[in-house]
Amino acid sequence: MAIDVAAVRRSLPILDRELDGHRLVYLDSAASSLTPEPVLDAMDRYYRWSRSNVNRGVYPLAEEATDLYEGARTVLAGFLDADPTGVVFTKNATEACNLLAYGYVRAHLGPDDVLLSTVMEHHANLVPFTQAAAAVGAEVRHVPITPDGLLDLDAAAELLADGRVTFAAFVHVSNVLGTINDVPRLTRMVRDANDRAVVHVDGAQAAPHLPVSFRDLGIDSYAITGHKMLGPTGIGALVARPELLERMEPFLTGGDMIRDVTLTGATWNDVPHKFEAGTPMIAEAAGLAAAVGLLEGYGMAAVRAHERELTAQLLDALGTVAGVTVHGPKDVDLRGGAVSFALDGIHPHDVGAMLGSRGVCVRVGHHCTKPLMRCLDVAATTRASSYVYNDVDDLEPLVDGLEAAAAFFAR
Amino acid sequence: MSMEDLYQEIILDHYRKPKNRAPELADEAVHVHHSNPLCGDEMDLRIRVVDDRLDAVVFDGEGCSISQASASAMTQAAVGRELKDALDLAEDFRRMMHGDDPARPDDLGDGIAFTGVAKFPVRVKCALLGWMALRDAIQTFERGASAHTVTHEE
Repeated sequence: MAIDVAAVRRSLPILDRELDGHRLVYLDSAASSLTPEPVLDAMDRYYRWSRSNVNRGVYPLAEEATDLYEGARTVLAGFLDADPTGVVFTKNATEACNLLAYGYVRAHLGPDDVLLSTVMEHHANLVPFTQAAAAVGAEVRHVPITPDGLLDLDAAAELLADGRVTFAAFVHVSNVLGTINDVPRLTRMVRDANDRAVVHVDGAQAAPHLPVSFRDLGIDSYAITGHKMLGPTGIGALVARPELLERMEPFLTGGDMIRDVTLTGATWNDVPHKFEAGTPMIAEAAGLAAAVGLLEGYGMAAVRAHERELTAQLLDALGTVAGVTVHGPKDVDLRGGAVSFALDGIHPHDVGAMLGSRGVCVRVGHHCTKPLMRCLDVAATTRASSYVYNDVDDLEPLVDGLEAAAAFFAR
Repeated sequence: MSMEDLYQEIILDHYRKPKNRAPELADEAVHVHHSNPLCGDEMDLRIRVVDDRLDAVVFDGEGCSISQASASAMTQAAVGRELKDALDLAEDFRRMMHGDDPARPDDLGDGIAFTGVAKFPVRVKCALLGWMALRDAIQTFERGASAHTVTHEE
């Protein structure tokens, strides 16, 4: 069933705002999505009705809080077709990548190992691993992109050929190019080259927009963040095979993550709790579970179909603006709804300022992908990205704003 | 936010028809290269010094309209000044970008049109780029060096 955009919009009072007389047009969901009222209600209900800590008290309120928190783990695992035992809640996807970099890469890799990355990674899925590689003396290799903005899998095959790649980290959907990478295929290539290799995927831009089955991807771990999928800020997750978590060292230590503590040492709780030190983000977990409930209600196939159609219309609309060059794949079957582009001769900051003055919210800058910006030979891009509350009526204000920017900054 | 608050007509004039924009300068004393990696703004600034005065100031580079226009206005305000005086003027512009009233509004020339940029914190570093390059070029000259590269990290 198609997404009822009008109904989604009714759950978002922020869209009733006017900015200098302009309707708010939010095209920055790749940075952060809007938060529907059912998500706010779930967090509010915890604070107003079930407020207490988790995993400690034996009174009914504390059991409610624990059920909310652990229930969210089960809900998220179900949404991503993963084992709840493998779901570690983190602050965001960045922390999930860091958890893996500290808990696995730094603990298990050495100078003989090679890490595989790509040039299209968000800094969150790059810097923790390049830092870890440097710390253990491992080499890092980067899969390049084709002129269409796809991963160059022929080049990847060459990088894998000597069988030394024991850890791979790459993105599912690019936050700049929109490219949907063929995760199962690249994962098979990595494993065929070395069957001990661990494969990690950054799903921050995929889980909100595509049906995702962790099991079917065939990978070892997957990072997501709540605030890009209708959920609150402050919660994300590392979704992993429990066997991988068992092999990992704790990253943060303290309360909740222990089994026993002496004055000089400690033993660790079972996974995933071993990685969740201290009082966790309980309200945010409740909010994330509500967000997942909304997405499951829409149906992820319907979410994808809606965005595929809207992205096709967005690409068509951008094609009508003189001087626009779109980065990344033009085939909507190969891309998600984040569309980066250049407006000839006009710096993205100036484009963003003009659009912002008309109520159109887009992201301008390097999008935390500086190596990719160098590959594209640009300093920054303008990016419009869509979600379930966007519709074709959001495209005209964007196009009008781009034409206004072109006229205003004409030299 | 209003486009007119940020983009005064004077600013757009400098952006469209920059003054003292050139890729080289005869008898240059100092060449500095400054960049704002977060925006990708790049600025080359060259000065020629005669008798402790800025005999010529030229810039070249890439960036948003604010960074390019501000550098253009800066060159006009700086040329002909004694080095110490130009440093003082650059400091006055910097304070203006942080919300203070300028002490030398007349001397800033078209630079005064950038007052409104102070209300847009993200763009302040764009407006400052040319002026900070000027300050660095003079300080580099005073150290007896002829070239310097600075990356602004904020």
